[in-house]
This record gives sequence, C-alpha cells and structure tokens, in this order.
Amino acid sequence: MTVFGISSQALFGQLLLGLINGSFYAVLSLGLAVIFGLLNIINFSHGALYMIGAFVALLGLEHLGMNYWTALVVAPLVVGILGVLIERTMLRHLYKLDHLYGLLLTFGLALIAEGVFRYYFGVSGSSYAPPEELQGGVDLGFMFMPLYRGWVVLASLAVCLATWYVIERTPLGATLRAATERPQLVQALGINVPVLVTATYGVGVALAAFAGVLAAPVIQVNPVMGSNLIIVVFAVVVIGGMGSIAGSIVTGLSLGLVEGVTKVVYPEASAVVIFVIMIIVLLFRPAGLFGKQA
Amino acid sequence: MNLPGTPTAAGRRTQTSSQHHVAVWSVAIVLALAAPWVIYPTFLMKVLCFALFACAFNLLLGYAGLLSFGHAAFFGGSAYVCAGLAKYLGLTPELAILAGTAVAAALGGLFGWLSIRRSGIYLTMITLALAQLVFFVALQAPFTGGEDGLQGVPRGHLLGFISLGDNHAMYYFVLAVFALGFWLIRRTVHSPYGQVLKAIRENEPRAISLGYDVNRYKLLAFVLSAALAGTAGALKALVFQLASLTDVHWHMSGEVVLMTLLGGLGTLVGPAAGALVIVALENELADKVGPWVTVIMGSIFVVCVLAFRRGLVGELLALRGRTDIDPS
Repeated sequence: MTVFGISSQALFGQLLLGLINGSFYAVLSLGLAVIFGLLNIINFSHGALYMIGAFVALLGLEHLGMNYWTALVVAPLVVGILGVLIERTMLRHLYKLDHLYGLLLTFGLALIAEGVFRYYFGVSGSSYAPPEELQGGVDLGFMFMPLYRGWVVLASLAVCLATWYVIERTPLGATLRAATERPQLVQALGINVPVLVTATYGVGVALAAFAGVLAAPVIQVNPVMGSNLIIVVFAVVVIGGMGSIAGSIVTGLSLGLVEGVTKVVYPEASAVVIFVIMIIVLLFRPAGLFGKQA
Repeated sequence: MNLPGTPTAAGRRTQTSSQHHVAVWSVAIVLALAAPWVIYPTFLMKVLCFALFACAFNLLLGYAGLLSFGHAAFFGGSAYVCAGLAKYLGLTPELAILAGTAVAAALGGLFGWLSIRRSGIYLTMITLALAQLVFFVALQAPFTGGEDGLQGVPRGHLLGFISLGDNHAMYYFVLAVFALGFWLIRRTVHSPYGQVLKAIRENEPRAISLGYDVNRYKLLAFVLSAALAGTAGALKALVFQLASLTDVHWHMSGEVVLMTLLGGLGTLVGPAAGALVIVALENELADKVGPWVTVIMGSIFVVCVLAFRRGLVGELLALRGRTDIDPS
C-alpha cells in the first residue's frame, strides 16, 4: 500500500517515531514549564537529568539486575532526590538574582554530568532491550507497530495528562498555581512555599528521568543524548510558550509529528525543521502559540 | 593623609588614577610586544583570539544585559567564511577577515532581529536554537568539509606582500587586530550610545519612557558584538589554519560565557583575563585529565555563579574599594 508514492509502512513508521519524539518533547517541556512557573529558572540541566535517568535504568540492569518496570519507578526517584539536593544546596541561593544566573548554574551542572558520564562510558552508546512483555509487535493493517513504541506514546501521554490534571484540577495544583502568581501571599496563608518549591523541582526533574527510561530502549543510551535533545526542547518551549501546561503538551506532540513527516518528505531538513518553525512563529506570533506577551 | 571626600583629595585621586592608568597600559603594551619571545606564540595567539571573542560577547551581556547562547554561530560562521575564501579563492588575510566579519555582522543582525522580540531567558533559548541551525548548516553544507572542517587554510600575505607564515609575524598581526577590536569596544562602552545601553540594562521601561528606541539600540549591540566575535573567529581560523565544527558547536557558546563570567561581567578587561585563564587551563589539562576538562569547566561555572559573581577583575576592583566596576 502506498500514500503519495511513499509506502504506508515508511510513512506511518516515521509518523510513529515522530510521535515518540514528540512525547519526549512534551514531557520535557512540561517539566521545564512547571519548574519555570515556580522557580523562575530555566533548567538547562533538564537534558542531563533525562540522560541520567536512562543511565540509572541501564546500570541498574547491568549491575543489580533491575528490570525495566522497577527502573521506571527507581530512576525518577533517584533523579528526583538528586534534584532536591541541587535545589536545596544551590538553586535556593539564586532566587533573588537575575534569572540568567539560574540558567548559567544549571548549564554548569549539565557540563559536569556530561563530563563525568563521558569519562566512564565514552561517547558511543549502549542499547537497552525493551522488556519481554513489550517485545514484538502487531500488524495494524496499514503498518506494523512494534509494541514498545506504542507503549512509549501511551505512557508519556498518561504522564502528561496526569500532570495536567494535578495542576489544573486538584487543590494541590491550585496551591501551586497560587504560589506561582503570589508566593508571599501564599506563604502568609500558612503554606510552606520553600518546601513546595523544592518538591516542584524534584518532581519536574523526575519527569525528565521518566522520559529517559522510556527512551532507553528506543535510542542509544549515551552521555550526550540529553544535550542534543534539550536544545530542540528549548525551541519547542519558545514556540509553545511556557504559560500553559496543555499548550506544552500539544506543541511537543505536534512538533514531533511535523519532524516525522519531514523525515519522509525531505529528510535533509528533519534536523532543522523545528528551528525553522520557531523562526516563523517568532515572526508572526512573537509571544509563542500559547504564550502571553511578557 | 587627606580625608576622603575633600575636594583636594578627590582631585588628587583622579590625577593619580589617570597616571596610574597610563602606567598600567604602558606595562601591558610592553609585555604584549615582548611576550612571543618568551612564551609559545601559538598559545598567545589563541589567548588573544578568545580574549577578543569574550570582550565582544561581553559588550552584549555585560553592557546591554542580553545573554546570547549562540555566539558560536558568529565565531564559527566567520571562521568558515574566512577559511573558505582564503583557501579556495586565495583572498589576502585582511580581506578574508573582513568578509568573515561582515558575514558575522549579518548573522548577528538576523539573530538580533529575531530574538529581541522576546526578552530574558527566551532570548537566550532563541539564540541557542538559531546557532544550532547554523551548526547543522556547517555539518551538512557541501563546502564546509563536514566532520573534517576546512583544513590547511593558507595564512597568506598581509596586503599581498607581508608573509604571515612566520609565527612571530602572525602574532603581531593578531595583536594589532585585537588592540583595534578592544579599542573599538572601549570607545563604544564610553560613548553616549554605550551609556544608553547601560540604561536599558538597568531599567528598560524607563529608557523607553525617555524616548529611546530600545530595540534599535539592542539590535545594534547585537550586530557589533557579532561582528567582533566574527573577527575573532576569522583570526582563529588563520592562526590554526583550520575551521571546524568545534567552532560552531554550542560548547563554544558556553565557553565564551564562562570566560566572561570568570573574568568579570561588565568590566572591560575582565573577559580577556577570563579567556587567558580558561585557555591556559585547557592547554595544561587537556593531555593530563582528558574528559575531566568538561567537568572542571562545569565546576568553574557553578562556583562563579554561587560565590564569585563579580569575577576575577570585578573582585580585584571591589578590593580596591571602587564602587563602579568600569575600569579603563
């Protein structure tokens, strides 16, 4: 079967890969948006923490025999604790300063993480096998879908929706949004805002680690996987704007799809298509698709 | 001893301070002229290239308050243009450098035009993404040599008759270009235009309310900074006879931020001092510790941000009890 002269397997296969990339964009830009909302910091180490999440899964399997499902819980926990430590010992001292210092500090942390992992593991990647339950695939008629890839999309969507639900529909989320708008007022009402801030950073980076574990069986696990991704995610954030949780999710997924289509239609441009879209959005809607003009 | 604050004391201080400056600059010039006979010239040239790069970057961050994470695009883009023209068209070095600078200025205009639509960290993210676009062009375009870059670039003859093949001749040429660039930055900072830039950095709404077209000032700062970063990149391409992907990689953008931060944001000589320290560190450490260089650079970043935000030169000035960090 062919569509526009391209075999449907190739087209839908690339679309699915695009959707998978899009899920990672969505989960990562969601984490960035949540952290930015409360901490006013752009977390440059988000990519590095995503990479560490994948490495926790890989090393856990090699040294402790930790299976995939355990890793899916353990890696976000480990990285979340790491995040809490980073926030408590370093980021905390920067809130009164210009936003740029937070970006520079987390950039430094990303360099440290990348360097350490490069020393121990080199730049070539290691692969991580998908869990037995999700090996193989199903024939959908128009394409053959590997089960694991379907799972990645579903799991990311579920996490995104859960985050959206918690922030937009629960009392905890209401507190969080209130603290984003008026931290002093919320503090005066008896809510411990510093703890809320620490927890938010921990959960935000745990999301990145979760994405890292999901990504481990799809891509090569290597120390630079995070930095390559984070620059694209920054472009996604510029396109979508960080004002809206739902906006981050929709923008992430659709840009992944666009990238997938580009890979079929004009492969040479697939690496840059998101940056080009960013330029177009800046020209016509400088505040971003879902953003408010600052 | 005069009491501080009395008119005579203040007058005398300005006088001694300007004499002091003349002395410091004279020593610096003599040292710079004598250096290549004592220290390996290639190392010195590398320091000068990166010092110019960092000073140019600081014009944008230190004086206009705009953090660009895309300066590698100007530095590397210009290096490619200069290397290509010198290698394939046999352009003389000064023309090749001018061409590289012009391309970098145009790129800077484009980056600035797009990115000043947003402010703060969005601007930073936009410049990073745009620079990544330039990186992919350098990676895939047919004339950039892909992973190998452009190698064996001839240094050529300055103005057609002064050979730059000799390291000492090349050093004095690099020194002259650096001095010219540094002088231009110093003039810019102390001009009325520079004062307006600082005003925008300190309080943008007030600058707008005073009737300044803020975006035009920012855009011009972008172009100037990019052009001089381009000059530095083109020089570097001639010194090492190489333009490669390293020059356009985002690590390079990070490195120039680090040099500026370590030396002292918003001070004139700080970025140059930062460049000296970082280049020396890299030279010393590269063979000994390999990948740990990245870790060390990252740690310097963290320490600078947490405990050392004034940078080397900024701290020195603070020790001398000066409140304004604007030496010259």
